[in-house]
Amino acid sequence: MQRFIRVDLVASRAPPAAVGGPLGWMRRNLFSSLANGLTTLLILGLLAWALPIALRFLVLDAVWTGASGDACRPEVAGRPVGACWAFIADKINYLAYGSYPAAERWRPNLAVALLALAAGWMLWLGAPRRDLGALFAFVAFPVCAYLLLAGAPSLGLPSVATGLWGGFLVTMVVAVVGIVVSLPLGILLALGRRSTLPVVRVLSTAFIEFWRGVPLITVLFMANVMLPLFLPGDITVDRLLRPLVGIALFASAYMAEVVRGGLQTVPKGQQEAAAALGLSQAQSLRLVVLPQALKVALPGIVNTIIGLFKDTTLVSIVGISDFIRVLEASRADPRWSAATIPATAYAFAALVYFTVCFGMARYAGFIERRLAAGERR
Amino acid sequence: MLFCMAPALAQNGPAQGTLAQVKARGHLVCGVSGGVAGFSIPDSQGQWRGLDVDFCRALAAAIFDDPAKVRFIPQSSAARFTALQSGEIDVLSRNTTWTLSRDTAAMNFPVITFYDGQGFLVRKSLNIASVKQLDRATICLQQGTTTELNLADWFRTRGLTYKVVTFANSEQTLGAYESGRCDAYSTDKSSLYGERLKTAHPDEHVILDEAISKEPFAPGIRQGDDPWRDLVAWTHYAMIDAEEAGISQANVEEMRRSALSPDVKRILGLEGKYGEGLGLTTDWAYRIIRHVGNYGDSFERNVGAQTPLKIPRGLNALWNQGGLQYGPPIR
Repeated sequence: MQRFIRVDLVASRAPPAAVGGPLGWMRRNLFSSLANGLTTLLILGLLAWALPIALRFLVLDAVWTGASGDACRPEVAGRPVGACWAFIADKINYLAYGSYPAAERWRPNLAVALLALAAGWMLWLGAPRRDLGALFAFVAFPVCAYLLLAGAPSLGLPSVATGLWGGFLVTMVVAVVGIVVSLPLGILLALGRRSTLPVVRVLSTAFIEFWRGVPLITVLFMANVMLPLFLPGDITVDRLLRPLVGIALFASAYMAEVVRGGLQTVPKGQQEAAAALGLSQAQSLRLVVLPQALKVALPGIVNTIIGLFKDTTLVSIVGISDFIRVLEASRADPRWSAATIPATAYAFAALVYFTVCFGMARYAGFIERRLAAGERR
Repeated sequence: MLFCMAPALAQNGPAQGTLAQVKARGHLVCGVSGGVAGFSIPDSQGQWRGLDVDFCRALAAAIFDDPAKVRFIPQSSAARFTALQSGEIDVLSRNTTWTLSRDTAAMNFPVITFYDGQGFLVRKSLNIASVKQLDRATICLQQGTTTELNLADWFRTRGLTYKVVTFANSEQTLGAYESGRCDAYSTDKSSLYGERLKTAHPDEHVILDEAISKEPFAPGIRQGDDPWRDLVAWTHYAMIDAEEAGISQANVEEMRRSALSPDVKRILGLEGKYGEGLGLTTDWAYRIIRHVGNYGDSFERNVGAQTPLKIPRGLNALWNQGGLQYGPPIR
């Protein structure tokens, strides 16, 4: 009997050149239409123009070592001079710690290491005992960090006045406190605003609308310029604490609205179903409503956090020596006055802020993809 | 409403004198600018340096015998007076010009620590020696400062014409001047020395000797605290009198051992009890000179010929050397 069943495979052929390979990829992604093709060419042209300039300034013509601004003057160096990284190298300790006493700088270092441990424990989803991690991050870490940074004479750590804190240290303190306070407070406020209890609802709404209604800069001016006028002469609140509280409350109001947006996407049926299953209100919130709401709200939350991180630079206006402020002060040093110093300083600031913000955005992207796993089939 | 209430509330702030508060607190709180080369600026280690900073260190040295017992708070030019009113700082040492309107606005300026004036930065190649030669020139300025008014007054009274281009900050102003948009860059002379250093070729620019305004820099204190006013004024006078008497940070120990002149003895506290009138110890001026130095020491260290700024003493020389720095006698 004749068999018409094929037993061996047909040898595979390469896809047509127009579809597969790098050429095909380019055709699909870069030149799929006339408009797209032109846009691609335009962007390539811009890159070809800008990249060599940036590369020459930041790397090729850069000055890497030197003891003073003279090293970064073209007539001394004998060549065109780009970024003056020697300036950053000389100022790096001041940029990192401000006026924090040199002998005590191991303390902020240790605090940052603890922060990394707390963050790693919380953010790495496969870490063991993440419940202990949460306890460490939200209870033990803030206490330890405060004792380390401010000092505790009874523990043998000399106290360091907050006026001496500065640089990236202060930027981190403001941002971390802002994030750690605003996230839980924002969730509470969002729940409060949706509460059926009139007092809670009105108070939460009033709080949110008040803080959203005033610009952050006025909050900071109120805290650091006006507040001391209203307090009796012998009562002083720490100069760093005041804007810290202002920023935390301000960020909480924004966070609350982002979380409320997430809460509104959870259908009422979910809560009713949870109630039907015999879950208490707290359980239904914790196990049913909040996980779904926060998943939806995540991009907004990360957006608020990144915005908060960059808004911390505003404290420099009210006399707090944050990263931008110390960079500005370093720039005014007559020992380091050369034509490319301002550009170098701002390039460095851009690099630092971009690294931190991009890192946060990438982590959020990873979490979003993981949480959306259920929707991808 | 806040602004109306503020002064009323502020008045009940300092119940006791500033000196008593400072002593009880254990350190002085000093408002500085936080970014003016030579006047108040942190170095690479985060240590504050400058003329304005040295003045506060001298105060701390006189009170505590320790120039480190002072906290510096950088103040913006907008917030500096409020910070003083609210009692947040004890003294404002922040290249602030003493004017009548500021003096009568609940502030006092006990003593002039630096004589400055509005000057001009021009290219050497223009061969200009006097401001009068800037007729029909284009002048770069920073917005929102009194420099524009000074300029208008000065040129109008002399019947000269000029064109002004203003910019938001000193960076842009300097950039415009360097790129050739203006013939001159005008601001306080003390700042021009720092600005000149930021140009690509500092040697190609020169600061005109002339000044078209008076900008006497003085430390500011709250009104109505005469003992504190005395102490602030005499801290500066002690530094000037020491320079005049030839007592410097380098030779103060030797002078103290072998002083013969009654002037020197009185300054160093070996004769009389002059410090007690200020609420301090008899060796108050000796402490200042030992820890901070005399006025000339501080000037040379921060802005003088050995520093990149190279500001000439000019009006800030002692009175017997052609300047205006004149200290009343300590006796």
